[in-house]
Parts: sequence; structure tokens; C-alpha cells
Amino acid sequence: MSSLTQSILYLDGVSVSFDGFKALRSLALTLEPGEMRAIIGPNGAGKTTMMDVITGKTRPDEGDVLFDHGKVDLTRFDEAAIAGLGIGRKFQKPTVFESHTVADNVLLALKGERGPFSALFGARNRIRRERVDEVLTRVRLLNERDRRAGDLSHGQKQWLEIAMLLAQDPKVLLVDEPVAGMTDAETEATAELLRDINRDHSVIVVEHDMAFVRALACRVTCLHEGAVLAEGSIDAVAGNERVIEVYLGR
Amino acid sequence: MATSTGPRLIAFVEKRGAIFLAALMALIAIVPVCHLALAPDSPFHISIGTVVLIGKYLCYAILAIALDLVWGYCGILSLGHGAFFALGGYAMGMYLMRQIGTRGVYGHPVLPDFMVFLNWKELPIPWWGFQSFPYAVAMAVLVPGAIAFVFGWLAFRSRVTGVYLSIITQAVTYALLLAFFRNDMGFGGNNGLTDFKDILGFSVQSPGTRIALFIISGLTLMASFLAARAMAASSFGKVLVAIRDGETRTRFLGYRVEHYKLVVFTFSAMMAGIAGALYVPQVGIINPSEFAPTNSIEAVIWVAVGGRGTLVGAAIGAIVVNYLKTIFTTGWLAAYWLFALGGLFVLVTLAMPRGILGAWEDAQGRFFKARPKPAATNRPGPAP
Repeated sequence: MSSLTQSILYLDGVSVSFDGFKALRSLALTLEPGEMRAIIGPNGAGKTTMMDVITGKTRPDEGDVLFDHGKVDLTRFDEAAIAGLGIGRKFQKPTVFESHTVADNVLLALKGERGPFSALFGARNRIRRERVDEVLTRVRLLNERDRRAGDLSHGQKQWLEIAMLLAQDPKVLLVDEPVAGMTDAETEATAELLRDINRDHSVIVVEHDMAFVRALACRVTCLHEGAVLAEGSIDAVAGNERVIEVYLGR
Repeated sequence: MATSTGPRLIAFVEKRGAIFLAALMALIAIVPVCHLALAPDSPFHISIGTVVLIGKYLCYAILAIALDLVWGYCGILSLGHGAFFALGGYAMGMYLMRQIGTRGVYGHPVLPDFMVFLNWKELPIPWWGFQSFPYAVAMAVLVPGAIAFVFGWLAFRSRVTGVYLSIITQAVTYALLLAFFRNDMGFGGNNGLTDFKDILGFSVQSPGTRIALFIISGLTLMASFLAARAMAASSFGKVLVAIRDGETRTRFLGYRVEHYKLVVFTFSAMMAGIAGALYVPQVGIINPSEFAPTNSIEAVIWVAVGGRGTLVGAAIGAIVVNYLKTIFTTGWLAAYWLFALGGLFVLVTLAMPRGILGAWEDAQGRFFKARPKPAATNRPGPAP
């Protein structure tokens, strides 16, 4: 299997069904190391299910889900193990730990030992403040470091979640609708941030906002009914007749 | 706090923890003095009955702290923590039974009275070793710990959470109640274990022993608080709160949620076991009613009343509610205790969602308006 692919992420023939509803139908998708990819598609196209399959939340009925040049079969691991392998995920709804401070949220996400005994007595308690501040500077939240995460604005929560992804330092970042509910200025800043992150990470972004996808300036994949409908540059995909048809519902 | 490089050896206790510890210190010092040094007709004299009563409250406070660690911090609503308390109590009770020796009604040197009465010839295997005090203490910790570990390993691995987990914990304590009721079980059936004579050679009835037990209960409560607080202030505690507020999210960050739950649940059960072991020599009896589901539910009410996720609040809740219980269950008020308890729970839920401690701190915050609000508290959300 390993000779098949040099991709960081390789999905082929992946099918998932829930009570007879086929969420994914033989989906194929590859992500090269260092690549950024935008995934678009109408509601129910299977975008979130695809992320669930990659991160171990949902086990596919059939198909290959390979990671790191085909070396790892992701279907054999659970969420925590996959996160440990180097796949980070940002959820659609911003899910930060509301009763923790901004700094503690990042602290929890920082790469390193994850075991309970490390957290009780070990290395987890000796993480240096600068490492947290470094990440917070990158997402422009340094001034908020001691605020309760629950008190942040919606846009700031999205950024905090991206900061938590950065702290994890994964090989692949899966980012689900990062600009939902953001102002235009925030959207622009987020696109810039993601391009910056893409310099040393592979990234998959799921998004509806076409202006945002255009600003990312990357390859676009359009999903429909659990399979790939079109793939290419934003202009090629946006101009594709079948894509237009699906989006306008004709 | 974990990131600061300054001296943080004592900082983790926090202000309210320091006040709590100081108050306990004072209690441990003053109560014995008021009993021993003051004449019985002095208005400040404390009778030995009252000393025992306060000692009992202190044991309940340890149980409350144990419960708050799993519920307040990690969001696991255990409705069976009374079972761990009772198991610790039985371990101590078994030691005390074996100390009776030939002073029992039947005068058998090894077998406790109830076994002679049941016509048993040999000491059952679970009773072996309980003539040794260190062994009994070890069992008071290890048996609740082992049961919590096995239960937690099965439940958390299968991702049983929320109400379902609560119901199962309730079922476990009920199952133990029924089991301990049976004479065949070998733990004294519905009469339980009682009529204790001495502990480590000291008479359990003597005021000196009772005062010593009272002081040890206070010191153990202080130690339990410090251990729980250190745990809560470490990165481990931060992960617990993360699990409480977003279990799935924590998992996607790469934490093995089930391992964390297992560690805290087992630790908490051991703490409850210690509380039970201290409780039994003071009250002089342990029987299956300690496994009653209502006991575990009452413990949850103490924590809710005092303030969930604060540890100090949980201990205060245990003491306040049990003091009220003492008032209400003596005299003409006795018939109304359950109404009072239910009413208290409703009142606290509606008017003081963060418990007595939360309400107190809010009031202080309003009084000293100039002081900025603390940046972040581990304020729990609505109960699961």
C-alpha cells in the first residue's frame, strides 16, 4: 500500500452510510505535503463526515484512509491517537474551553506528553510562558491572554481555536468553516493567517464563503452527495456547469 | 498559574483555601480545649457528644471534597460515592470487630459474635488479616479504589457519560446495599458491625480517643483538601475542566479522556474510603444502610449547596447541610427534614447556582466594586 502514494493524506473509495443514508460514496481525495486545499459543497455534501472519517470519529464502511505517505492506516486509530499522530481539527462551531483563560486553552493544546501522570507531576506543568505567548502573538490574541475564553468575541474564539491548532503543531490541519460569522476585516485577516500557517503545515479548509476561498488562492474541491464533483482552481470550479447546477439546485 | 516561574509552592491553595485551612486549624485547636479545659457548666463548654458530631461532619466534608473533584471538576455526576465511603467504613469496622476478641457475648477468640450466632466454624477469607490495623487501613483505601478502577475502566472506556453514568453508579451502590444485607455475605447482614471495644488498644468510648479521632479527622480533611487542590491546580486539573466543558474537543486535542477520568475517579473513591474509615469508629456502627442511594444523593446536594468546583464550597456544604440535618431530625421538626432538604436544593439551584461559596464571593465582589473581577474561575456550567 505504501508505494501507492506520496501524499500526506490519501482517501480512496471511502464510503460511509448512516441508517441507509449514504453520506460518502466512494470518495477519493489526496493532499500533498505542504498543500492547502479548500473544500466546498452544498449542505449534506459530506464535508463534515469526511473530516469525521479522517479524525477517527467515524469509521468508514469501506475504503482507504492513509496518512503520512501511505505509512499509517487511519481507520485503525481513535480520535486521541490520530491527534497524536499529527492531525489537528478546528470545528465548525468554535469550541474553546470557555471557563479556562485564553493562555490555558493554548497550554492545553501545546504539543507534548498527553498522559494523566505527566499532567499531574510531569512535563505538562513546566511549559514555559513564552511558548504560549509565541502562539498567541501569531493569532493576535496576546493582549487577551488572561481573559476567560468564554468572554471572547465570536471572531476571537475562532482565532483562539486556530491558535490551539498551531500549538498542537500538527502535520495536517483540518479547518471547518473558520470565517462563519466573521466581519469582512476578520475574514481577510483569517485568510492571511491561514496562508501564513500553510507555510509549514498542510491545510484543508472547509468553507462556504467564496470570497474567502478566493483569498486563500489554492486548489478547490467541490463535493456533492458524498463524492467529488469537480476539482481545480477556484475559477475552473466556480465556472463548472455541474457545480453551478448543484449550488443553484436545478 | 502553571506557567508562572515565581514561587508557587503555596500559591495553589488560593486565598479561600488558606482561610479554610486556617479555620480548620482553629477548630481542631479550640474544640478539644473547650471540652477539656472548661467546666461543664460554662456556656462555652463543648460536650463530648458535640465533639463526635463535629468529627462526623468533618468526615462528610472529606467525602464532599472527593465528590467535588469528580463532579465539580470533571463533570462526572457520581450518585454512588456513598458506596466508597461505606466500603472504607466496613474495612475499619472489620478491624474493630476483630479487636473485640473474647469480650463478645459468645466470647469466641477469633469469630465475631454474628458468625458464632450463624454457627460458622471458621473465619471467612475476606476477614483474614483484619486483626492488623495497617492492613485494615490499606483495605479501606484499596478496596474502594479497586472497585472504582474496575467500574471506571469499563464505563469510561465504553464512553458512558451523563445521566446514564449517574444511573449506573446509583445501581452499583444499590447492588452493594442488597449484597451487604445478606447474612451469607459475611459482613453482619442488616445489623452490620457494631459494639466495638477498642482501636489500637484505646477504648473507642473514652473521651480521649474520641478527641484524638476528632483531631485526626480534621487533619485528614486538611490533607485531603491540599491533595485535591494540588490536583486541581496542576495541568491535570485543567484537563479535567476541559473534559467537563468539552469532552469531544479534549479528545481531538489528543487527550485520552478515559484515562483522566479513571485516575480522578479512582483517587476520589480512595479519598471517600478514608472518610468512611474515620467515620465508623466515631459513630460506633456500620451497616448496609450506609450504601443507601439516598446517602449518595445527599452528598451531591452538599456539594451543590456549598458550591461545585470549588472544593472549599463542597466541604462547607457538607458541614452546613449536616448541621441543618441535625437540627431538623431532632425534636418536633424531624418529620420535615426531607422537605427542608428538598427545599434547600431547589432554593440553591434557583437563587445561588454557584452555591453558598459562589454567592458569598459574588456579594464580596459587589461590596468591593473597585476590585477587578478575577480573570477566570473554574466556574462550572449547568449540571449535566
